[in-house]
Amino acid sequence: MTQDTAEKQTLIGKRIPKLDAPGKVTGAARYLQDIELPGMLHGKILRTNRIHARILSIDTSKAKALQGVHAVITAQDTSGVPLGFGQDNPPLKGDRVRCTRDEIAAVAADTESIAEEALKLIKVEYEDLPTVFTPHDALKDGAPVIHDKHPNNIPFTYDYEHGDVAKGEAESDVVVEDTFALHFVTHCCMGVGGIIASFDVEGNLTVYSQTQMPFLYKRDIAPVIGVPAEKIHVIQPAIGGAFGSKLDIYPFEPICVFLAKATRRPVRIVFSREEEFLASPTRQPMELTLRSGARKDGTITFRDVSTLHDNGGYTSWGATTPFVMMQAFSSLYRVPHCRYKTTVVYTNNPYSGAFRGYGNLQATFSVESHVDKLAEAVGMDPLEFRLHNAQDPGETTLQGLHLQTCGLKDCLNTAAERSGFVAKHAANRNGQAGPVKRGIGMASLFHVGGGAKIYHTDGCGTILKVDDFAKVTVLTGATEIGQGSETVIAQLVAEELGLPLSKISVVNNDSEITPWDVGCHASRTTFIAGNSAQRAARKARQKLLDAASAKLKLATEDLDLRDGQVVGADTGEPLLDLGKLLRALHFRDKNEIVVTSEYYEPPSVMQDKGFKGNVSPTYAFGTQVAELEVDVETGVVRVLKVTSVHDVGRVINALGIEGQVEGGVVMGVGYATREHLLVNDGHVTNPSFRDYKILTAPEIPDVDCAFIETMDPEGPAGAKGIGEAPAICTAAAIANAFYNATGVRMCKLPLTPERVLRALKTAAGEAVG
Amino acid sequence: MSFTQEISFTLNGKQTTVSIPADMDTLTMLRDVLQLTGTKLGCGEGECGACTILVDDVATNSCLMFAVDCDGRHIQTIEGVQSEGGLDLLQREFVEKGAVQCGFCTPGLVMQGTAMLRENPNMSEVEIKRGLEGNLCRCTGYKKVIDATASAMAKSRGEGQG
Repeated sequence: MTQDTAEKQTLIGKRIPKLDAPGKVTGAARYLQDIELPGMLHGKILRTNRIHARILSIDTSKAKALQGVHAVITAQDTSGVPLGFGQDNPPLKGDRVRCTRDEIAAVAADTESIAEEALKLIKVEYEDLPTVFTPHDALKDGAPVIHDKHPNNIPFTYDYEHGDVAKGEAESDVVVEDTFALHFVTHCCMGVGGIIASFDVEGNLTVYSQTQMPFLYKRDIAPVIGVPAEKIHVIQPAIGGAFGSKLDIYPFEPICVFLAKATRRPVRIVFSREEEFLASPTRQPMELTLRSGARKDGTITFRDVSTLHDNGGYTSWGATTPFVMMQAFSSLYRVPHCRYKTTVVYTNNPYSGAFRGYGNLQATFSVESHVDKLAEAVGMDPLEFRLHNAQDPGETTLQGLHLQTCGLKDCLNTAAERSGFVAKHAANRNGQAGPVKRGIGMASLFHVGGGAKIYHTDGCGTILKVDDFAKVTVLTGATEIGQGSETVIAQLVAEELGLPLSKISVVNNDSEITPWDVGCHASRTTFIAGNSAQRAARKARQKLLDAASAKLKLATEDLDLRDGQVVGADTGEPLLDLGKLLRALHFRDKNEIVVTSEYYEPPSVMQDKGFKGNVSPTYAFGTQVAELEVDVETGVVRVLKVTSVHDVGRVINALGIEGQVEGGVVMGVGYATREHLLVNDGHVTNPSFRDYKILTAPEIPDVDCAFIETMDPEGPAGAKGIGEAPAICTAAAIANAFYNATGVRMCKLPLTPERVLRALKTAAGEAVG
Repeated sequence: MSFTQEISFTLNGKQTTVSIPADMDTLTMLRDVLQLTGTKLGCGEGECGACTILVDDVATNSCLMFAVDCDGRHIQTIEGVQSEGGLDLLQREFVEKGAVQCGFCTPGLVMQGTAMLRENPNMSEVEIKRGLEGNLCRCTGYKKVIDATASAMAKSRGEGQG
């Protein structure tokens, strides 16, 4: 044996191509849109053209008579059971519509075009009701009531407090207060939304779904469609992007099931791109009023926050973003006193769901803008101020979040060093000639790094089998939405079993086969599903080593698994082929097969009524530095570079993690500088890629990413979650860079030329037209 | 029902004849009539590039092209890109450089990149970025797509590791 082969090769931290990439670059991967079942019909949904109205009548007779139409359904044909997080959203609206997307009727027909034709033949009579489009107006006396159950238009409030903000304020040498306003944006998944529903003759339902949470999906859709959960089989074809948009159940899903029921045929609904803009969830718009203070030495003294959320017409996950936001308020840096009050208010606008970051982009935008303001007020460099307030490993924040590992200071220092922050920041402030001003700004983030225990379990199951040829099949509950969890899981298993990746196959898309998982959210999959898979693999490893030990008459601890062989632990010398061992185990010795299972439950807790408690087993930190140019004559902001440094515990797949950061940063730049779903009087006025601009290839900034490896003791191989983190603080860093360039603080996004010019002119005391 | 027309064209190297409604677009013909579902419908209005195919070697949004206009042309789709049953160079670079996440935009990006590499094997980074401008991707932030294209270009010129 050479020294090289005796040394254990590791897959952890390597640049590993995604296992599903070959199928995707050849067009072989099958998305929902690509699946055609025998006899399948095409469903289309009639959406209202009113914003708030009573439905007086719906006449479907002409649509039903159209050749090629198999069913036309309205609310009468459904259970009427509402869905969504707030359970206030009936799949088809029978008596009243409350926002632009509302579903009135649906058609199943031989082709999509016949279904579209049929929609035009449905006549709906309405009586318009008074409308309300801002939370402020919706809270006024006499405002239109959106849901009778909530006469004050407030479905949710959240109150959080630690310490005593009055005391904190009294101890402050500087206090700043601002109101920030964040806007509607939407996910823009390249694969639009859709579903296929198909019943068999015994009433078993198969749904081909893009859901990010296949198991809770069964539980939550069952009462709405009147099919017991045990009769629902969820298959997840390749998902063309999710970013949180597929975390809740939306009306089109039960509607498709009702159409399949009515026609006794499989039915597919696939959105048009316009429908995707109109009818998928958004990131929740909100107004945040933040008051914060610091002592002269740069110590943060308090944060007092109130936020007002535009909930839109119904309640989806967007309403629960305060749960995550309060973590940024309470725990991004040391905050001795913190109060956070929020009111979620119904309006006649579109409603919001989960979107990468889950409220944390909005919270961090306000907090990190204020951190810069406080630093300036006490005469400290932004880096120095942040370092002064950053936590150390082992601390527990006053919300009860335990920072077993914490790389915040390393993130800050590394991001500053790599970008040359301190010198550039100081130089830019000394005034710049010419119309194009350069700016540099920094912001950090704090987010859950291993799920969030919002249910009584935050676990994930794995079943692992090793066949006669040492081929491993990993059945995991974790959902792949393009982020690369499949590859990370395979790496962790391969590592434990000393096998090449080509020997690992991951099955992750069939609820009849895969074990339970909460779902793909809260940056939890690498951590939770990774731990589950790693532990299942360890059990298989133990079983194999025990069998080899008996066969070889050597102690288990003297053996190891490498390259498909049982080897001497010290020498690396191959002693027994793993396939041979497995076949002997199966056919000769104990007639045994190697199958293991694991349900990993993270050591986190559900928070108490005051939202205190260690909700995640680990937390992600990161710092981004944005460099930009502002043309003060045109108002154009060009983001040139983002340095993005993250505490990820440990890098498992270097290629995959860079992809998460680059994609997240570009999404964050879009949020900060241009993306805006325009909603005027309840109508979405830019429902196309022509008018809703995401960044294109020539417009991306240079992204420099670096990773701080804090080796989380609970993480799989030391890793933390990274899915959401890269998008969270980009907008805040850009706003701080904008200030560095211009001396003007932007409290509203996006930084479009028009908004920028107005702000610059207002600041200069010029009249704004 | 609309008027039906028979057309003949070369599809991924094979002579193909189909009867299609005169108002059908090329993307629908490929996906629904010819069952070539590798080409994706992202927007249907020429804004996202997910449906990019090559028409006589020119990258084209198949959602905006009438199917009847394929008559007599050479059409190449993502299904026709593999070389000898394996991945071709650009596809391999997409895989190895991490240019794929959800993958929905990927076939269109591969077709666009293929056309760009054929047209100009000496693109600058700016030219690569501009060439990819019409293809939207929400996952990757484009950087690895640009890297993969540059790397395939370098390798096709025989410059080894790009």
